Amino acid sequence: MTDPSSIERHTFDVVVVGAGGAGLRAAIAAHDAGAKVALVCKSLLGKAHTVMAEGGIAAAMGNVWSEDNWKVHFRDTMRGGKMLNHWRMAQLHAQEAPERVHELEEWGALFDRTPDGLISQRDFGGHRYARLAHVGDRTGLELIRTLQQRAVALGISVFMECTITKLFSDGERVSGAFGYWRESGRFIVFEAPSVVLATGGIGKSYKVTSNSWEYTGDGHALALAAGADLVNMEFVQFHPTGMVWPPSVKGILVTESVRGDGGVLRNSEGRRFMFDYIPEFFKAETADTEEEADRWYNDKTNNRRPPELLPRDEVARAINAEVKAGRGTPHGGVYLDIASRHPAEYIKRRLPSMYHQFKELADVDITAEPMEVGPTCHYVMGGVAVDPDTGESDVPGLYAAGEVAGGMHGSNRLGGNSLSDLLVFGRRAGLNAAYAAARKRERASVSDDDVRAAAEHALAPFSSTGDENPYSVQHDLQEVMHSLVGIIRTAEEMQQALDKLTELRKRTARMSVEGHRQYNPGWHLALDLHNMLLVSECIARAALERTESRGGHTRDDYPATDDTWGTINLLCRLDGDSVNVRQVPLPSMPDELRALFDEK
Amino acid sequence: MGYDLNMKVWRGDATGGELVPYTVPVEEGEVVLDALHRIQATQSGDLAVRWNCKAGKCGSCSAEINGKPRLTCMTRLSTFERGETVTVTPMRTFPIIRDLVTDVSYNFKVAETIPAFAPEKRRDDGTYRMQQEDVERGQEFRKCIECFLCQDVCHVIRDHEENKQAFSGPRFFLRYAELEMHPLDTNDHRKLAQERAGIGLCNITKCCTEVCPEGIKITDNAIIPVKERVVDRSFDPVTWLGRKIFRRDQLPESQTPTLPQD
Repeated sequence: MTDPSSIERHTFDVVVVGAGGAGLRAAIAAHDAGAKVALVCKSLLGKAHTVMAEGGIAAAMGNVWSEDNWKVHFRDTMRGGKMLNHWRMAQLHAQEAPERVHELEEWGALFDRTPDGLISQRDFGGHRYARLAHVGDRTGLELIRTLQQRAVALGISVFMECTITKLFSDGERVSGAFGYWRESGRFIVFEAPSVVLATGGIGKSYKVTSNSWEYTGDGHALALAAGADLVNMEFVQFHPTGMVWPPSVKGILVTESVRGDGGVLRNSEGRRFMFDYIPEFFKAETADTEEEADRWYNDKTNNRRPPELLPRDEVARAINAEVKAGRGTPHGGVYLDIASRHPAEYIKRRLPSMYHQFKELADVDITAEPMEVGPTCHYVMGGVAVDPDTGESDVPGLYAAGEVAGGMHGSNRLGGNSLSDLLVFGRRAGLNAAYAAARKRERASVSDDDVRAAAEHALAPFSSTGDENPYSVQHDLQEVMHSLVGIIRTAEEMQQALDKLTELRKRTARMSVEGHRQYNPGWHLALDLHNMLLVSECIARAALERTESRGGHTRDDYPATDDTWGTINLLCRLDGDSVNVRQVPLPSMPDELRALFDEK
Repeated sequence: MGYDLNMKVWRGDATGGELVPYTVPVEEGEVVLDALHRIQATQSGDLAVRWNCKAGKCGSCSAEINGKPRLTCMTRLSTFERGETVTVTPMRTFPIIRDLVTDVSYNFKVAETIPAFAPEKRRDDGTYRMQQEDVERGQEFRKCIECFLCQDVCHVIRDHEENKQAFSGPRFFLRYAELEMHPLDTNDHRKLAQERAGIGLCNITKCCTEVCPEGIKITDNAIIPVKERVVDRSFDPVTWLGRKIFRRDQLPESQTPTLPQD
């Protein structure tokens, strides 16, 4: 079973791990650059977490507000990230997003239109102008389907339901990857000089999350094991509006478009409480009366934005505080009301998925009554530290794009900036991975010893005689991260979390799984858990180190934002079995970009 | 508020299997997938279930619940009588891999035969212009989450493995309709819809529309209009005359696209 000569082998120029928006876009780009590409994904093609993105793709096309341009988008993105973003990534992102959207249209995407027939754009938190290209509230589905159909039309090789568990190196650069077919449990080896990680995020380490089962931090862990750095891991985004009732759907996303389209947040006393939570940093650009906020939707020139559309970290903290103060709903959330703001027909047309989701899963008619919502773990800003232009990590040949890459969003991501991130940096990583493969003369090769070791590691849960069940370990991990490294953090709790993570890691050594290798979810989870534990440790260690509050990292014991921390990145690296955290200076932006922040 | 739910879950593989009874504690508001997950976590760690988003958006968790093709994540337990046994079996139209997981690769093979989108050129300013009412028809079809329940219920292939060669199924008739009605596409898909996708085999019993979790009117809005266009092409006297007079490449209409397999 672990005999390397019996294992299926393939040779490619570029292996892309993950087939969400970033992976698909990377594979298309690498193919267009002439590379032989393998696209490897844990699920069926087209099922990746990108399908759940709802609101839209942020791109300064200026179709609705001609005042919009990349500089405004850049500025919004940096301010939303509390200036901790890698400036160059934020610049490339803002500059290239419009062309990436037009390209999707050229590949068949059908966006909603303006009266002039252009791509319509909607308002979202933190964006100065209506900027999100959208398809109702199912933009992610449109994006993934368009890219999927493009990839199929180009004849790219797809390896579906195939999980990568290990990256190989020849000592200098990446040389391939090892994985298993979920369907049969058989192993597979890829030899390739370039590997692009596009594996998404880490949300499944948390109890309440909008993320699908795939989000187990695989790419983060693979990169660490290969010797790369992770940056900004302390910054985890809690989306302010997840469903809170019934329990089985707790955490499922309620799109920010509800607020972008006029929905407001109220506490149990009926108060629009966001007016009480406008931070100094955003005061100048945020409305302070309901009248002004309501006028803004139609007249952006003479009015300021409603506080419901502050960046996500601000809104999530405010909801958390309202519930804690005893002004929450019966099920521990707050009310999100669009029913009293728009006619039923408008709501059904603009937010069809939300209407359907609440009707089917919660018996709530959102055109007639308010929704109950609360924060849910949604996104990790942290990820593999990469070169902004190429997407390459410190490990030659290893690239990362999308949520698994770090730096782009700083300490907090604006809504809509994820789908554009996938497209802009997926393409860049794919192109550069292909160019690097073309420059390399000798073929990558993988040693039999490395293959045998990877196979033995993957089979370990079957030979274990321990009494631990992977499902219980996952359950306990989610509880630890939720209650001790969640939305509000303290040193004491995070220290406790680290101790508990050590215990959990010991328990994983005793995990055993029943049954055989064919489509065995217990086995798959046992392997994923190693990644989840490693990434959780990075989050906890970095969060303990950063003694300030900023964006998606809120410390009860250090509630203020601290300027000295404003120029420091935290990098996590694996040293043997332990995670080391070190401080490095944040790259400093050139003066012509800095000048953009002096303008009103 | 919780109670014990009696379930029967089909377990087995390509060589055979059986319905296995389970009693599983469930809570108010839960769906069938929650109950299956609880079986995995507490009774049978190796129960094979395909799922991703658990929010009705990815179309992974399709199965047959008490004989009806459904998404297990969108089937609430409150829709059953208290005390009723809930039986979950894999989709019947596709070969079994293990337990509730089927081999749906047929659909991905058909997808490879669909011609690529072939747009007209962008305007000089780099944009396309389309009106909202013109994109809405295609948007309905693009709501499809590829759960393949329409393929599962379609009687042309449900118990007729032999028809799969010549028949693409409702999910892909949606694709033909979407391309045909796309304001920017320049190809004529009618010949392929007829000859390669086998749309003529569909006798519009609307079973697909009934099971669509997205509420897409597959039969009325996609299949019937494409069938009508195919018939127009076959019997339109102008087209017939044109074919007699012109060479194929001189026909005054858009062309059937070439395919990778051609």
